[in-house]
Formats: sequence, C-alpha cells, structure tokens
Amino acid sequence: MTLIDLANPTKFLSLTARVLPWLAGATAILLLIGFYQAAMAPDDYQQGATVKIMFIHVPNAWLSMFVWGVMSLAALGTLVWRHPLADVAAKAAAPIGAAFTFLALVTGSLWGRPMWGTYWEWDARLTSVLILFLMYLGLMALWRAVDDPSRAARAAAVLTLVGALNLPIIKFSVEWWNTLHQPAAVIRMGGPTLDKAFLIPLLVMAVGFSLLFVTLHVAAMRNEILRRRVRSLQMMQASQQAA
Amino acid sequence: MTALAALIRRDIKIAVRVGGGALIGVLFFLTVTVLMPFAIGPDLALLTRLGPAILWLGALLASLLTLDRLFTADHEDGSLDLIVMGRTPLELACAAKALAHWLAAGVPLIVATPALGLLLNLDATATSAVALTLLVGTPALTFTGMIGAALAVTLHRGGLLLAVLVLPLSIPVLIFGVAASQAAITGPLSFGTPFSILCALSLVSLVIGPFAAAASLRHGLD
Repeated sequence: MTLIDLANPTKFLSLTARVLPWLAGATAILLLIGFYQAAMAPDDYQQGATVKIMFIHVPNAWLSMFVWGVMSLAALGTLVWRHPLADVAAKAAAPIGAAFTFLALVTGSLWGRPMWGTYWEWDARLTSVLILFLMYLGLMALWRAVDDPSRAARAAAVLTLVGALNLPIIKFSVEWWNTLHQPAAVIRMGGPTLDKAFLIPLLVMAVGFSLLFVTLHVAAMRNEILRRRVRSLQMMQASQQAA
Repeated sequence: MTALAALIRRDIKIAVRVGGGALIGVLFFLTVTVLMPFAIGPDLALLTRLGPAILWLGALLASLLTLDRLFTADHEDGSLDLIVMGRTPLELACAAKALAHWLAAGVPLIVATPALGLLLNLDATATSAVALTLLVGTPALTFTGMIGAALAVTLHRGGLLLAVLVLPLSIPVLIFGVAASQAAITGPLSFGTPFSILCALSLVSLVIGPFAAAASLRHGLD
C-alpha cells in the first residue's frame, strides 16, 4: 500500500469508506476522555477555572499551523508529483484549517478578556495567527474564483508554498514588532514547563483534535471527489442533451 | 542577456508611454497622502509622528495597484505566451519584468517621497530615512506582488483578489520599513538592525518571487 495506490479515486473512496467509521470513533473516544480529564483538571492558582480554555485553545492553535503544513505537502504533490488526489486534499483542508484558526482566535480572545483585561491585543502571537487566518481566507477565495479545478489547484499550490515560506518570516517579524503572549511552554528545550495535571489532558486533547482534523479532512476529500463526479456527470448530460 | 535587456527596455517604454503608467502610481501616492490629514486632522505634530507610516502605506498601496497590469497587458496582446515559450528562462524573464516594473513604477514613488514628506511636516532626516527604506523595501513589494500578479493573470481575475493574496505577504516589509524609519527619527533602537533585515527581505523576495511567478505562469497558462 503506497501513496500512489491511492491515486485512483475509486480505490480511495472504498478504502476510506472502511477506515472513516474507525477514525470517527477513535476521535469521539479521545475527545470524550480529553474533555473529561480537562473538566477534572485542577484550577490554576493564578488563573482559576479560565485555564481550562487552554485545553481547546492550544490544540486549535497547533492545528492551525499543522493544516498549512498538510496543504504545503499536498501542494508539492500537485506541482511535483502530479498526484491526482493532492489538489483534492489541499482544497478540502483549507476551510478546515481556517475553522481551526478561527477557533484558536476566538478561544484566545475569550481567554484574554479575564486574563489580560481585553478581548484583543495587538500582540505578536495573536497578530500572526490573525494573518494566518487572512491567508486561509485568501486561499479559499482563490479556490472559489476559478471554475476549472485543476487550474485553480496549481495556482493555489503556488500560493500555499509561498505562504509556507512566508509564515515563519511573518511570525518572526511580528514578534519583533510587539509581544505579550507567553512563550512556548510545551515544546521547548529542556522539557515542558507545564505541570503533569495539565499536560496529560492537553496532550490527549491535542491528539483528539488532530484525529478530528484527519476525520474531517478525509470526509471532506470524499465529498470533493463525489462533487467533482456529479459535476462531470452533469456536464456529460448537458452535452448529450445539446447534441 | 540582450533579450532580457530588450524586455526591460520595452516594459519601461510601455510603462512610460501608455496611459501614463508610471505617473499614475505617483498621483495615487500623492492623493492617499493628501487624504490622510483629512482623516486624522491637520495636527502637524501628529502628522510628523505618523508620517513614515502614512508614506509607507501609500507606497504599498500604490505599488499594489500598479502591479495589476504587470502581466495582464502582455497576456491580452499575446506577448506573454511568447515570453513563456521563448528560449530565455521564464524565471529570468519574470525577474526582468519585475525589475522594469520597479524602475518604472517604484522609483518614481521614491523620488516623490521628499515632496510628500514636506506635506506631512517631516524634517530632512526623517524624509531621507523614509526614502532610503522605501528604496530598499519597494523591490520586495514588487517581487512578492509579482507572484500575485502571475496568479491573477492565469486565473483571469485581478483587482481585489490580487490585493487579498498579496497584502498579507507584504506585512514583514511594512513592519521593518516603518521600524527602520522610526528608529532613524526617534530612536532608541538602532537604525541598522531593521534596515538590514529589510534588505534581507528584499533579497529573499528577489529569489522567491521570480521562481514562484514563473511556476504559476507555466502551470497556469494553457
């Protein structure tokens, strides 16, 4: 089983039809465990119960960047290997990534209100996530601007790769510009600074949300394949009627 | 080499002769700058403080608006197809087109900066700092904007879509351009650091821009 076997959309559909229920089940179980553990986690001595927003906020923020990574891989698949499903993957991922980014922004904003005393602060992390959100929306606009999927796919692939090169630059420049957000606490040199009582539920939630992304992504890819089939069937029908 | 030189010469000629291309950008720049005091009030001290930011925003928008025509005109009369099929590497041709565009549309903006600085009550140091940062920063705007222009021409869509795609990419240039100008005017940070980062951004976009634009032209035109 290699990536090229999946190039046949019919094979992809039949394989994912079998895998998808398991994925959805695993996602539901992990998220349930994660939510339970998060609800049971102790309050922070400074932040009180609001610290629980973290269990939603942090996985969403991770995913907002992870999804762009997935799209960049798909873009390489489109431009370099001409994998037939790569553009389907890229197109299906964009709205999901935008949704995760939006959730990260909203939960961060709700968390910022009691902690920093403001819903919005022109801080480096917030601003760079907002720019990421704008870039997702631009990419979606690009997908929607063109009727021909393969033409849109190549344009979107170029833009995705340019965005992937630019995102670190934007992040770094915005950090230079202004910073208030706390530095990274989980993935850092010398191990996490987060207490175990928070770290374990957080990791469970992160894995759960990642599985949620995979599930949604596969389902969206199936929808996109079926949508394209319907479209080509309609075109065939229309041309037959015309003839 | 002669082909590239000819391409640059041709593009500059077209920009200067047809529709006042180069000067339209300057006129837009002037209009935006003149609009600002109406929006924020005629307070000279405030205008001095905001001056570099206003000039940078105006230059950013002006260069964005002129970018729309970078490939569209050539696409309409068919010469873009010749460039794509020609023996000159498309990356180099794109770089040459962007260079010509910068010479024809970017340099006039920089030349106009001192006059606009007077309107915003900037002193000589401030004006020269803004002009200098624009000189090294606008190539980055042109070369990243070229990617958007190439995407727009392959999709037969321009205008707003181009702006939506290109503006987020130009944020780092804006940040360091304004930071370097402010550092030169008020301190306390040194002028050198943001200025060298601005140069670095321009150099990076000089590399990325032509390749990405050529890729999208090659894949997008049929």
